[in-house]
Amino acid sequence: MTDKKVLGLDRHKVIDQATGTAMVGHEWDGIEELDTPLPRWWLWTFYATIVFALGYVLLYPAIPMLHAASTGLLGWTSRGMLATEMAEEHDRHRALRAAIAATPIEALASNPGLQRAAIEGGHAAFKVNCVQCHGAGAAGGKGYPNLNDDDWLWGGDLDTIQQTLVNGIRHPGNDNTRISQMPAFGRDGILTAPQVQDVVSHVRALSRQEPARAAAARGALLFANNCAVCHGAGGEGNRAVGAPKLTDRIWLYGGDRASLTNTLVNAHGGVMPAWGGRLDAETIKMLAIYVHSLGGGEAAPVAATALVTGR
Amino acid sequence: MNAPDSIKPPNKPAPLYAKRTAVFPKKTDGPFRRFKWAVMAVCLIIYWGTPWLRWDRGPFAPHQAVLVDLEHRRFYMFAIEIWPQEFYFVAGMLIMAGIGLFLVTSAVGRAWCGYACPQTVWTDLYQHVDRLIDGDRNAQTRLQNAPWGAAKTMQRLFKWTVYLGIAFCTGGAWIFYFADAPTLQRQFWTGTAAPVAYAATGILTFTTFWLGGFMREQVCIYMCPWPRIQTAMLDENSLTVTYKHWRGEPRGSLKEAKGAATPLGDCIDCHQCVAVCPTGIDIREGAQIGCITCALCIDACDKAMDSVGRPRGLIDYCTLIDADLEASGKPARPALKVLFRPRTIAYFAIWGGIGAALLFMLGARERLTISVARERNPEFVQLSGGAVRNAFTVNLRNMQDRPRALRITAENMRGAALYSDEMASGAAQRELAVTVPADSMRRVRLYVVVPAEQARPHAFTFVAQPTDSVGGAVRRETQFMAPEPEHHDDKHEESE
Repeated sequence: MTDKKVLGLDRHKVIDQATGTAMVGHEWDGIEELDTPLPRWWLWTFYATIVFALGYVLLYPAIPMLHAASTGLLGWTSRGMLATEMAEEHDRHRALRAAIAATPIEALASNPGLQRAAIEGGHAAFKVNCVQCHGAGAAGGKGYPNLNDDDWLWGGDLDTIQQTLVNGIRHPGNDNTRISQMPAFGRDGILTAPQVQDVVSHVRALSRQEPARAAAARGALLFANNCAVCHGAGGEGNRAVGAPKLTDRIWLYGGDRASLTNTLVNAHGGVMPAWGGRLDAETIKMLAIYVHSLGGGEAAPVAATALVTGR
Repeated sequence: MNAPDSIKPPNKPAPLYAKRTAVFPKKTDGPFRRFKWAVMAVCLIIYWGTPWLRWDRGPFAPHQAVLVDLEHRRFYMFAIEIWPQEFYFVAGMLIMAGIGLFLVTSAVGRAWCGYACPQTVWTDLYQHVDRLIDGDRNAQTRLQNAPWGAAKTMQRLFKWTVYLGIAFCTGGAWIFYFADAPTLQRQFWTGTAAPVAYAATGILTFTTFWLGGFMREQVCIYMCPWPRIQTAMLDENSLTVTYKHWRGEPRGSLKEAKGAATPLGDCIDCHQCVAVCPTGIDIREGAQIGCITCALCIDACDKAMDSVGRPRGLIDYCTLIDADLEASGKPARPALKVLFRPRTIAYFAIWGGIGAALLFMLGARERLTISVARERNPEFVQLSGGAVRNAFTVNLRNMQDRPRALRITAENMRGAALYSDEMASGAAQRELAVTVPADSMRRVRLYVVVPAEQARPHAFTFVAQPTDSVGGAVRRETQFMAPEPEHHDDKHEESE
């Protein structure tokens, strides 16, 4: 009997006494397997999953073809779903954008909710359009201004930032773009190499990086004749022409001797695109608000220079 | 299948699938039936009534006593409000529920299955509907076997409509736990509720209709994992519904007993225990997975024993150990001794310990918190005058039902001035006033400016002091970053 069970013979003849169910004939250490039939509804559930799968295959992309999957009767795609969701999100923001568009930029601060929305919207637009040059944290780099600090080439109030955004800086083909050109004093032979070094000494003395020595004194005269027209007699800069302030700690192209020498010899003139035609007016407004909120934003219309020094 | 069998003709293979055998439990009465009525009433009242309980939480929070506010990520339970980061309370309660089931199982067996499980409660409800509309067990069997005619069709349609009504009330009640119940009900009937409300109602209506109306004991026997777990959890000290075969066997009807050579057992083979069983099993075959220990067979058997003048308890709650004791003629152990044994005490200790810990945490939790994230890109900003600025994102969580006005200062920062990204830098001050609305979180991007001579990397602490002078300040230490002191200037001076 036991042998037959092990061999799988006579399996249907062995009936479990307690349940009256036939045994399969498998045995593990005296534990035997009953041949209990599955419930019928289980089978129907299985058929239902097949029907569901058939419908799914018909309705949705499912069958891999040579170049792409079958399209499905519903025409559903993940890209299409993304586009729908983006459109819905855009619709959701429509009223907010309209309100931002309708509010003068200087008046936004008096509406905290709108201002917050504009800052967040500007942040999002910044991540797409501006980080390539100014960096994700808007800290810039050599030649690309840090937008967090309180030093502004063209001005840091909301309206000025917006103007800069709309028209760009030295953007070819834009009549209103901010433009100025520092002469290449060394390369064009305006100053000789020793004269350049004297001016560098003077500039470094202005920013208190060096004590004023004889070279700086010689440079002061050269500065007054060549540089003061834009940078001011005391090196205080001039935002009308985007001439940087030379007395502070912030240097766009470096404040050490080598960098300053290079700047004097070859001159710099960074370019920023005019965003006027590329982004819509609300986005530019939101970008201006965002940049203004980064910590260095100035009040309009007077360009206050000394902000919080903590002193 | 192809095994050679030269001696006997091949047997007919066992069927792979079996049709459900319909169960028509007979109406019964007795202490356990009445207890089941009571449990069912309590369960249904709790389920249907809870969302309609109101709880005054002031003007800034919903007034529903029990509310799972998924939209605003809040869970309200009477005086307790849980935020998403406090979800460990819910986890703790679920663990307690799990251990509570272990505790109940080890103490009184499958009491959950027999009395309180929703599948049991709703199956019971639907079986009452069956008896109300179709009549008791025999009438139901007759109707089942009757050919489909106009009368049967009408009766079936009527019954299924009642099924559907109960199912709709059940599925529809569920959604009220997730939104303000009176509002949602109005929206539901005017067609303005969220689509998910209708979907949830539809799905739950269908599952109730199907599982309670038709699947019934099949859920317990084939779908539910819990009987399997309970099978593993039961031991020789667990209460199970037991047919006392040493008393009952050999069974036989009164007529058979008269003609028997040797006296028969107490079981008169009246099949009442089988007739009343909601899962359609014969308890006299011994403990089995189909037995949900609802004890209706105890009621039925006691009634039968009374009618023939034999002592009650032929079928009774009994442990395996006591069954052996009784079978060998000894008295069963006292119930308390069975109940209080190391296993149940250990489960109770774990269950109670978690409960006590949760209560302690509930009392000790902060209702105003601060967290600070340093801006790391850039780590610091050098200002033109030499001052250095750091940026921080400060999250203030006000978990109370009233707005809180706070004063934020930077401790251990001489000369520091604070302002937010919504303020002009000129407005920087030693402290910043922030109001956090009731029951919400306020995120403030803060700028901290430190004069040149103080600008070195060092630790400092943000302190948010409530100005309403109720409750203490909350603090969070963080780091101020500044450029390293410069030395290269000296080198240039020397080289000149």
